[in-house]
Amino acid sequence: MTAIVRLENVAAEVGGRRLLSDVDLRVDAGEFVALLGPNGAGKSTLIRMLLGLHPVAAGRITVLDRLPAQARQDVGYLPQRRRFDPDLRVRASDLVRLGLDGNHWGFPLPFKRNRTAAERVSEVIELVAATAFADRPIGELSGGEQQRILIAQALVRRPQLLLLDEPLDSLDLPTQSSIAALLSDICTNQEVSIVMVAHDVNPIMSYLDRIAYLASGKAVVGTPAEVITGPTLSALYGTPIEVLHAADGSLVVVGQPEPPAVHSDRHHSDGHHHEYDRDPRRPHSH
Amino acid sequence: MNSFPSPHLSWNVVTDVRALLEYPFMVQAFRAGLLVAVLAGVVGWFMVLRRQSFAGHTLAVVGFPGATAAVLIGVSSTYGFFAFSVGAAIFISMLPNAGGSRSAESAVVGTVQAFALAFGFLCYTWYGGFATSIGALLFGSFLGITTSQVGALVVVTLLAIGLLAAIGRPLYFATVDPDVALANGVPVQALGTTYLIVLGLTAGAVSQITGALLVFALLVAPAAAAQRISVRPHISLAWSVGLAISIVLISLTLSYYYPYPLGTFVTTIALLTYLIVRVVRR
Repeated sequence: MTAIVRLENVAAEVGGRRLLSDVDLRVDAGEFVALLGPNGAGKSTLIRMLLGLHPVAAGRITVLDRLPAQARQDVGYLPQRRRFDPDLRVRASDLVRLGLDGNHWGFPLPFKRNRTAAERVSEVIELVAATAFADRPIGELSGGEQQRILIAQALVRRPQLLLLDEPLDSLDLPTQSSIAALLSDICTNQEVSIVMVAHDVNPIMSYLDRIAYLASGKAVVGTPAEVITGPTLSALYGTPIEVLHAADGSLVVVGQPEPPAVHSDRHHSDGHHHEYDRDPRRPHSH
Repeated sequence: MNSFPSPHLSWNVVTDVRALLEYPFMVQAFRAGLLVAVLAGVVGWFMVLRRQSFAGHTLAVVGFPGATAAVLIGVSSTYGFFAFSVGAAIFISMLPNAGGSRSAESAVVGTVQAFALAFGFLCYTWYGGFATSIGALLFGSFLGITTSQVGALVVVTLLAIGLLAAIGRPLYFATVDPDVALANGVPVQALGTTYLIVLGLTAGAVSQITGALLVFALLVAPAAAAQRISVRPHISLAWSVGLAISIVLISLTLSYYYPYPLGTFVTTIALLTYLIVRVVRR
């Protein structure tokens, strides 16, 4: 089986500063992989490298056995973003359509309907269960509705790989879990591989095939059960880390002098892992 | 205006139109007005979508010193409007962060805008009185539009509309969703620059009718109203052009019959149009 994504000894640099080195990762067809780690660990940079929008400092990345920039046609991308301007007068379905042919030159004439394209757009909108609100302006939709539309946009060209940068960010918990279920469904039924940056592993935990945990300039790759453990994370951070299992099955990572956040703490826009916001390489007195 | 003894608006539309078109200067005004309206309707539609109203206003204001400087060196003000507006478009697009967060460039652009107005007035003072009045350059006029001016407007309109027709779809994508557009291979930066130059051309063209200060009315109001009327791009674009044409035609007609400046009519009707649409379609 050919790998969808292959990273060999990859290093990432931003502004001359090395963020990551010696990252090895392989994503196979239909796999659901999460990139986790503290802010500034290089998760988004890695996604941009997979799109060919950021240079590879060392090592080798192939996407569908091609250079990343040459594989874009078969890759769907959902960038990390704030919500759309509430005043933006653009239909949600038009946004999906742009994902299909927005990069074509010219100006689409209204009387020259492209039936195949229109059918593909409504098909993918139905797939993400967004038909009910697809004709409304994107800015009027809720965060979860916008995210469904954006997933449809990323899927519309039938990509073999989806790159999602924090698609669950700033959504409430029920919406997080329904979007996570949708992604898992797409992964298995549409045979699309997903590489997704996440701040919190819990909503997607049960769907994940593998995790790449980035911290301290390194990456640990494995199944969730292998990676989210006290010993693995302690070794990665170089400081004692504990993983607590909450009663609802979710995990809480604890290890810094700061009080650990609990899962229900969703009023903070930056999620639950407050301890991640600190520089993990800084020596701690513990 | 006063040289044409008090025409009266009757309820007979046919005689009114015939009276209007009897004078060649009025025919020229309608030709120029139509071209400018089409241009403003299309280019303004993208401007409103791109939230570049401030840039559009600046490009228009910068045309004013262009026009006075042109007259000072003995060239037609038409060329001055175009040269300065397009030059400013290129300059703004070269500023760091152009196309990104517009607030970053607004300080520089605002300062340049104020300087442009002052410099335009300085040129005017140096020249010491104009054939074309400073009021016309700032607030618009429909008198004395020459055939070569209309010719220039035809060329600019064709050029601008042609360019937008070629880049329309990717420009729309880059406007609405720049991150994904970039990942899908759309040259977001280059499109932004191209659009800004088209906007400069448009500002220069519209200035000839509405004056440098009132370009804004024709670029923003029809487009903003149209985007309220429909979220479908084709329909709202058509509305934008239609509204711009109506505003210009009605304004020209009214300013033929009533002794008030053209700019007053254009801005009043534009504002009313926008308000009505805003109220009817919340």
